[in-house]
Amino acid sequence: MQKPNIKVTILQFPGTNCEYDTQHAFEELGATTEIIWHKSESLPKDTNLLVIAGGFSYGDYLRSGAIAKFAPVMKAVTHYASEGGKVLGICNGFQVLTEAGLLPGALKRNESLHFISKHHHLRVVNNDNVFLEKLANGSVIHIPIAHHDGNYFIDQKGLKELKNNNQILLKYTDKNGEIQNPNGSVESIAGVCNKEKNIFGLMPHPERAMETLLGSDDGVKMLQGFMEA
Amino acid sequence: MKAIVNISLKAGVLDSQGKAVHHALNSLNFDGVEDVRVAKQIILKLDTADKAQAMLDVTKMCEELLANTVIEDYEIELV
Repeated sequence: MQKPNIKVTILQFPGTNCEYDTQHAFEELGATTEIIWHKSESLPKDTNLLVIAGGFSYGDYLRSGAIAKFAPVMKAVTHYASEGGKVLGICNGFQVLTEAGLLPGALKRNESLHFISKHHHLRVVNNDNVFLEKLANGSVIHIPIAHHDGNYFIDQKGLKELKNNNQILLKYTDKNGEIQNPNGSVESIAGVCNKEKNIFGLMPHPERAMETLLGSDDGVKMLQGFMEA
Repeated sequence: MKAIVNISLKAGVLDSQGKAVHHALNSLNFDGVEDVRVAKQIILKLDTADKAQAMLDVTKMCEELLANTVIEDYEIELV
């Protein structure tokens, strides 16, 4: 495989547990990776993509992602993002980004109150961004979800803004791309980006969909897209 | 002085836990319950006797950390 010269930096908080899966997935695709501890006050200078990996940062105490937003490294993340750096938050990473105010909305307890762990279909809603431009609008992918607090909430005003700016990137659907909502999310939203389209958060785990042997390799195309541009 | 902070989901934000508890109460034949909201209480022990200052400080704590004002409301009681 041709090696894209890409550096992926992955954050690690106490309680993060997807950092090594994420590292493995990006390295399989040829990226150079580095995992950095939450106490770091700066990011590696050659970072092309910053990933906040999944898990249970600070034990999900108070609210998922609520304590992580004050970690020393988050100042560097905010600075990196404000200069246009690409930031990706997966699962708990999405929760951290909403708590930090870097993405709109909030993630509530699943409507069923159950922890949900299974493969789910997702439809690509908007691909006019650096993250999903490799995937066609309307295409359906099959990716694992594993969360307790994945119920995306945003008020009507915020929802309107998301729609006007094409910030809704993924929705939960069935295999035909028809809405199927596993957790009660507003409009079945599974992933959103910021207005400037350099910060993307999603509850599903593309790094767990890298091998057909393990159920799906639809994550490969997504991760490749994250590594470009 | 103590500050008692009650944090609950905003009106209009579905409280799934409250709904589950409501169903459970109904199935135990407590038919008179019209609605249930589950809230969170945080009790802070403060080293000040200045109520106005305490209210300012705790409000700031709520805005910055204790509540997520996208989905939650908070009430502060000083005792």
